[in-house]
Formats: sequence, C-alpha cells, structure tokens
Amino acid sequence: MIKFDNVTKIYQPGTIVLQNISFEIKDGEFVSIVGKSGAGKTTLVHLILGLEIPTYGEIYFDGLNLNDASPAKIQEIRRRIGGIYQDYKLLPKKTVYENVAYILQVEGKNNEEIKREVPKVLETIGLKDKIDNFPDQLSGGEQQRLAVARALINHPDTIIADEPTGNLDPYNSYEVISLLQKLNQTGKTVILSTHDREIVNKLGKRVITLEGGKILRDEAAGRFII
Amino acid sequence: MLTSFKRILTFAVNDFGRNKGISIASIFVLTVTIMLVTGLFFFQGLTGYLTSQIQDKIDVTAYFKSGTAEQDILNVKDEIIKTTPSIKNVEYISQDQALATFNANHKDNPVLAKALQEVGDNPFLPSLNITTSGDPLQYAQIANVLQTSDFSKLIEKVDFSQKKDTIEKVYSITTNINIFGLIFGAILILVAILVVFNTIKLAIENSKEEISAMRIVGASNWFIRGPFVIQGIIYGIFAFIICFLISGLFAYFMASKISVVLPGFDMFDFFLANWWIFVLIQLGFGIAVGAGSALIVVKKHLEV
Ligand SMILES: Nc1ncnc2c1ncn2[C@@H]1O[C@H](COP(=O)(O)OP(=O)(O)OP(=O)(O)O)[C@@H](O)[C@H]1O
Ligand SMILES: [Mg+2]
Repeated sequence: MIKFDNVTKIYQPGTIVLQNISFEIKDGEFVSIVGKSGAGKTTLVHLILGLEIPTYGEIYFDGLNLNDASPAKIQEIRRRIGGIYQDYKLLPKKTVYENVAYILQVEGKNNEEIKREVPKVLETIGLKDKIDNFPDQLSGGEQQRLAVARALINHPDTIIADEPTGNLDPYNSYEVISLLQKLNQTGKTVILSTHDREIVNKLGKRVITLEGGKILRDEAAGRFII
Repeated sequence: MLTSFKRILTFAVNDFGRNKGISIASIFVLTVTIMLVTGLFFFQGLTGYLTSQIQDKIDVTAYFKSGTAEQDILNVKDEIIKTTPSIKNVEYISQDQALATFNANHKDNPVLAKALQEVGDNPFLPSLNITTSGDPLQYAQIANVLQTSDFSKLIEKVDFSQKKDTIEKVYSITTNINIFGLIFGAILILVAILVVFNTIKLAIENSKEEISAMRIVGASNWFIRGPFVIQGIIYGIFAFIICFLISGLFAYFMASKISVVLPGFDMFDFFLANWWIFVLIQLGFGIAVGAGSALIVVKKHLEV
C-alpha cells in the first residue's frame, strides 16, 4: 500500500511541482497517472522510490513513513519495487544479460536461479538475440524493453512504470501494456505514468490526472481528459 | 556472504578489463607514486650507510712517545672509556703492531720496504685509535682527557683537529641531506598521491550514472562500493609487481656503478637484505592508496 499525505515538492524556491497531494493506492490496484509534460509524473514516481524527498508531507510504503526510513530500509523497498524509468537507468557497462542478472544478484539469489530466469524474461521481452550487447548497442525501444525486463525479473509485488512505452512502436507498446495487465491480474500493484491517451482509455482502470501541481481528477474507471 | 563477495570480485575483474584505458592510467600513476616511495627508501639506505661509514672511521689517533710503557697507555685508554662510556671503540696499537700492519699493507712495495730497512729502528709510535659515534661532544671529552697534565707529557702528537672538522662537516651534511631528502620526498609523494586520487576520481566520475542506477535498483552500499574498492586493490597489486621488478632490476644493474662512488655499498645486497620491507612498503602503499581513493570517491556518489 502506498499513501501520499499532503505532499508538496519544491525543487527551486518559487516553483511548486506538487502541492498538497494526497491519495492512496491499495495492494493489487492498477493506477494510471496522467498529465501534461512537466506536470510532475516523474517527480511523483521518484518520491515513492525515495529518489526525491518531499519538501512537506509524508509518504508511506506499507505503513512505513519514508521520511523516517534508514538508507538501508529505502534500499530494501527499492528491491521490492520493479521500477521502469523514463530514462531507463540501465547499467551502461554491463551487458543486457548482466543488467537483468544484476537485480537478482543484488537480492542474493543463487546462480542456478539466475541462469534459469534471466533468459526466460529476455525471451518474453524479445531481447534474446541481444544478450551480449551493451545498452549503447541497443535501439531506444530495445533499451526500454530491457528496462521492462529488469523490472519484472524478480517478481516484485509493486511495479512502477514511468512512460514505459514512450519509445515503443504500437506493437511493442501493446505487448508491454498487456504484460502489465497480466501481472495486475495475478495480484500485483501497477502504477503507470503515461502520455498515451489510447492506452489509458482502453485500460478502463483508475486514473489520477495531475495539473498545475494538484490532482485534477482521481476516478475509478477514468479516461484520459486533459 | 560468500556469493556476494564472489560477485563483487567478478564485477571488479569485469570492470577492470572493460575499462582498459582507465585501468592502465591508474596503474601507471600508482606505479610512479610507489617508485617515489621506494626511491626514498633506497636513499635512506644510502645515507644510512654513509653515516655508519663515517662513524666507523677512526676519528682520533693519539700517538705516544716512543718507549712509553704499555701500562701507561692502557691507563689512558681506561680513563677515556671511563669518562666517555658511549665511545664506540678505543684500540691500543703497539709499536710492533704498527710496523706489522705497515709491512702487510706495503708488502708489494719494495721501495718503501727498503726505506724502512735503512731507518733500521722501528720508526712507528704506539698509539690509541679512538672511534667516536661522530658526536662532537665526544671529541671534547676525549680532548679533555688527553690534555690532562699526567697524560699530555706521554703524548707525542694527536692526529685529531683536522679530521675532526671534516667529520663534523660530513656528519652535518649527511644529516641535512637526509632531512632535505625526506621533506622533498614527502612532498613529491603527496603530489603523486593527489594525482592517483584524481585519476581514480575521474574513473569513478565516469561511472556516476552506473552508481546511481545501482542505487535505484536497491543495491546495498557494499555491493556498489565493493567492485570499485577491489579495482583499487587490483591497481595496487599490479603497480606493486611492476615496482618490485623495477627496483630489483635497478638495484642489480646499478650496484656496480654505485659501489664505484661508494665503495662497500652493494645496492643489490641492500635490496636482497630488505626485500620484505620493499614488498611491505610497495604493496601496502599501492593497496592503501588505490583502495583508499576509490573508497573516498564512491562515498560521495552513494548519497542518492
Ligand atoms: N531535479 C530537478 N530539479 C529542478 N527541477 C526539476 C527537477 N526535476 C524536475 N523538475 C521540474 O519539475 C517539473 C516536473 O517534472 P517531471 O519530470 O516530474 O514532469 P513529468 O510530468 O514527468 O513530465 P514528462 O511527461 O515530460 O516526463 C518540471 O517543471 C521540471 O522542470
Ligand atoms: Mg516524466
């Protein structure tokens, strides 16, 4: 469960990116976060992961106030969340295979499991042929798919995807979104930030619309209206 | 724990191999730094030898009048030892011994031998050869003893004043060289450490993006730091191997050249006698600087 309680984020004095935001995401929900470019979607995602700290207010992850969490605890939370980042955050000096394996290595999984699981995920996401490539030897879409593979490898209970389809063609977009839907059906919480009107409207799930630093709408079966 | 360590080690070795340019640059600057430290150590050995050489030289020779009773001379000796217990050595050389030594030294020189025969008598005087530690205070004390009226009437001459000046001078020069060398060396080493630090800093800044990506996927600090620190250790080990070989070869080939200037000082012997100190200094220094720099630099990037 994720809870925002009156959260305000100010990067530079005078510009308020998020203002008194409050909402709650229950386990097993599928929530889309929409808003114009610069509305604060990425900021919101970063706040959940402890990559940014709120200027005011509190954020809770499974009842734990992130403001009070130790760095080690924050790292533990990050391990429990599958994050797909707008700028991918791939490990540039590791191969495709190593990028995915790294997540399991961080968790201390044994080598047999890593050898078994990593090729499976890469197969699903269509990167099996690029196993030994470095990220800079991949196309933008391939990098994005690698970011998706990495987020899914350790079967996290919560998946946070910031524009996971921004660089993908319609076919691959559809693949990634239906993957997220499938995961949601198995009980995982999915938080999706996106620009894509069509995707949001087709999902028919909860939509939080951000505008001017505030929550403009929060509807259970929302549509993309800006 | 063990798997984590193995993984960290694998990451380090992979990164080391994948960033060859940076690895070579780091090893190079580290090698230069360790060579400076090693140079200082050689220098220390050299000046140490020089000082001990001077200190072992006979500093004062008191020649007694021909025919002075042996017991009288031994009394003087006892008196010197009594007043200056820290004196290194006082040796009594009888007239016969002096002659024997002279003959032994010049047995290949017929002219000198003939000249000596013509003199007929034993022309040498009995003497006390006094070795000091080079401390000027000891000269003063010896001078006092030799000048007491009881003794001075036995003494023909003291070979003393000229030598004393030179020794004092050399003594102060070596101390000064030593201090100067140490300070100069220390400054050089400090600069070199800074260069190493900055090279490693550049290497790690290069991995800034990677470190932040590791933080974001929840890697623990040691999982991130470990590979960098171990790469630092690898740099240190490589630099050590290079330096150890260079110092060994240098000592081996320079030994003959240096013993021309400094007879009796064998640089290679010095290296062999102190090889474990070389290992300790070079390896310890290499690892400490390599890993220490990495540790300090990564710390800065772990604050996400
Ligand atoms: N680190 C930062 N320092 C200062 N300002 C920032 C920082 N990150 C974001 N901002 C500002 O905060 C605002 C919201 O940025 P954010 O990245 O959250 O938008 P977004 O909704 O994700 O946009 P997009 O759809 O283009 O990805 C922007 O105006 C941006 O300039
Ligand atoms: Mg964004």
